[in-house]
Amino acid sequence: MAVLDIRQRSGYLFLAVIFGHILLISAQVNSRTGVPVLEAVTFGIFAEVQRGMSSGIMGVRRVWNGYVGLRGLKSENDILKRQLADAQVALQAQRALADRSRGLEQLLEMRDRSDLRMAAAEIIGAAATPDFRTLTIDKGTRDGLRPDMAVIAPAGVVGRIVMPSARAAKVQLLIDRNAAAGAIIERSRAQGVVVGSGEDRLRMENVSEASDIVVGDVVVTSGIEGIYPKGFIIGRVDTVEKNGPSYRNITVKPAVDFASLEEVLVVVTPMPAREAPGEADGGRE
Amino acid sequence: MFLAVALAVALQTTLARFVIRGLVAVDLVLVAVVYVALTSGPVTGLLTGTFAGLVQDALTTGVVGIGGLAKTVVGFLAGIIGTQFIVTQPLPRFVVFFGATVLHAIIYIGLYVLLDLRHFGTPVAAVAGQATGNAVVGVVAFQLVELLPGAVERRRAARTRLRR
Repeated sequence: MAVLDIRQRSGYLFLAVIFGHILLISAQVNSRTGVPVLEAVTFGIFAEVQRGMSSGIMGVRRVWNGYVGLRGLKSENDILKRQLADAQVALQAQRALADRSRGLEQLLEMRDRSDLRMAAAEIIGAAATPDFRTLTIDKGTRDGLRPDMAVIAPAGVVGRIVMPSARAAKVQLLIDRNAAAGAIIERSRAQGVVVGSGEDRLRMENVSEASDIVVGDVVVTSGIEGIYPKGFIIGRVDTVEKNGPSYRNITVKPAVDFASLEEVLVVVTPMPAREAPGEADGGRE
Repeated sequence: MFLAVALAVALQTTLARFVIRGLVAVDLVLVAVVYVALTSGPVTGLLTGTFAGLVQDALTTGVVGIGGLAKTVVGFLAGIIGTQFIVTQPLPRFVVFFGATVLHAIIYIGLYVLLDLRHFGTPVAAVAGQATGNAVVGVVAFQLVELLPGAVERRRAARTRLRR
């Protein structure tokens, strides 16, 4: 029995050492998407857990709603919501086309919005800690998703893909403190950069003091960073304050209600590379 | 154990240009791991392989852990063979060293290819050459150690303690 115990212990020790080596190797090797294997596998595993829990909860909700006898009304409501969402996306596309036809925008490429391919995805989880504003969606690399793809909702820009696994993906919200996007004031064409603060407001930075910005102005994406399609709504200017001689302190209220997101669209069409400043402005500066 | 590995690493790094000739490349560190495993058992062999492999990985530009994993498996299995079979004659020892080298190469090369980190072409001849070289060095090392006075008695005493 003592010999058997020794064999069992040596077997467990062998397995433990092998597991330790696998962790060590996984922490150094990157997967094909450029993300460390350990991180990708861990996220993939927990994404499946989130997917399962989300399915269970949604199933219970569906049964309850159907039991109450509102099944017919609910499905009709779902159809109408989907049609409204499609119409809002199309409206944003038309607004973007209209913006582009004004002034110096004719110098940029006139891309037909119907060329953008999008993949619908459901939200299945949120960030594990409140310091990081991220979401988990139920589409991954098997559905064509890659890092730095833009994620949008009918109301406006949501964020970008930061870590896809095979069947899920982590989305960094625009309000995350490490997020940023090129932005333009739709009315006056003033350019700047919108950055997240970790709260429910965005800051617009790098804006010239001579720019014409007032509370209520619509802020849209400029597309200059090569991630977000140009002309999609980010939000509205909430406050405008003088902050020294060069820049103003501008806060933007996001158009998207991140707390109530259930479905999003991922732009799977590759964005064009970032243009040289002279060519992009067309001599506007 | 640590002394044997340290000596093997030192010899390997200083004598590498002499022990690697064409298709015959000797891995002195692997020889030391198998030797320790055959004489001391699977647990010592496992730990020796882990330590030696990690040290060797750290001295290269490859991924730290792949060599450690390969030598851990080889050390453990060689230790089991050493306790289950009589490996006192040159021929069985030659077979053990040869097989250990082949297994080590399969795991090492296999992991690099599986993780798409490096390509090795068709290394059959190189692996066979290294296995032959390691086996010869391993058998010679055993013979030299057993020429030391009292070595056989100490080995017998160690085996007796192991079987208890």
